[in-house]
Amino acid sequence: MNQPVFVSGTQQSIVVPRDATTIYLLRIADTCLILAQRLSEWCGHAPVLEEDIAMANMALDLLGQARALFAHIGQRPGIDLDEDRLAFLRDERDYFNVTLVELPNGTSGRRDFAFTTLRNAVMATFLKLLWERLSSSSDEAVAAIAGKALKEARYHQQHAGEWVVRLGDGTDESARRLDAARQRLWIYVAELFDADDVDDAAEAMGLGPRWSALHDAWHAEMAILFDEARLPAPTTRPSAFRSTGKIGRHSEHMGYLLADLQYLQRAYPGGVW
Amino acid sequence: MNPQPASADSSSEFPLWEVFVRSKAGLDHKHCGSLHAADAKMAIQHARDVYTRRQEGVSIWVVRSDHIVASDPGDKAMYFDPMEDKVYRHPTFYPLPASVDHM
Repeated sequence: MNQPVFVSGTQQSIVVPRDATTIYLLRIADTCLILAQRLSEWCGHAPVLEEDIAMANMALDLLGQARALFAHIGQRPGIDLDEDRLAFLRDERDYFNVTLVELPNGTSGRRDFAFTTLRNAVMATFLKLLWERLSSSSDEAVAAIAGKALKEARYHQQHAGEWVVRLGDGTDESARRLDAARQRLWIYVAELFDADDVDDAAEAMGLGPRWSALHDAWHAEMAILFDEARLPAPTTRPSAFRSTGKIGRHSEHMGYLLADLQYLQRAYPGGVW
Repeated sequence: MNPQPASADSSSEFPLWEVFVRSKAGLDHKHCGSLHAADAKMAIQHARDVYTRRQEGVSIWVVRSDHIVASDPGDKAMYFDPMEDKVYRHPTFYPLPASVDHM
């Protein structure tokens, strides 16, 4: 009987440089990629056909934003990685998305439209503000990507925001579910605005803003939305819990998500359309 | 929205809307299909997501399907057949200036 042969192929995990620019851009790209993955899980399962298409559209917008950033990151000096390898061949600790976007779409295996909708509103509002600032990045490629992504994020914010109002100001059941979603996701929001050395470096070189600098504008927009949706005013009370996806330490859900996301590229190395 | 019982009958579905899309500036809005939506904003957004995914449009109209008044199919012969032999109503008996588009 033949001995198994182990070869190093493209399915081996890649390692990414840990300089501030790479990490700053991967945080954005990974946040878009992982939210796109979660949204795409709704495909064929949304409450109504029209919303199914709407969510797939948003997932594809986010995926396109991630792809553009991966292509750019992969061509930076000293890096030679294509977008597929960056998207699919990293280990969990080398993804830098915020934890909020990797959380499952519901609890106990049941999808929850209110949770997805409120998360979309939180993230679209945040990403809109981030793309606005990035459109004047010192990195011209990033500025160009931001200019296109900004239009998409504006639509995502409008679409998700109007659903949040419909649910919050709808029936007793929809309001109850929206408030449950708020309580479930809110402890993960603080991570969005945590600042660290990566943010400081990005701000100093003009690459992009400290994410913490977006907090006040984000909070003001969410407060208006919550008021319309009859939700209690959004707070960011200090809490002992801090999610840490941005520094590569993820929740227990991330491994399962990556298994789904990476399966095809790991099983069929280099596979393309 | 009013509280509605969860049931499979059509009364618990979102109302139906007709969608009209203008493909480019200067052309008219054309009917392209219908969809379900709870309110006017949702109808516009769903129309955008369902009917303009491939750059089909630059403007959208929606109208509740039950607000459209239609002619009775039973009146078809009385309404439309008398025009059959009036070919002189077509503007085909004189040349159009070259500058006239979309007649």
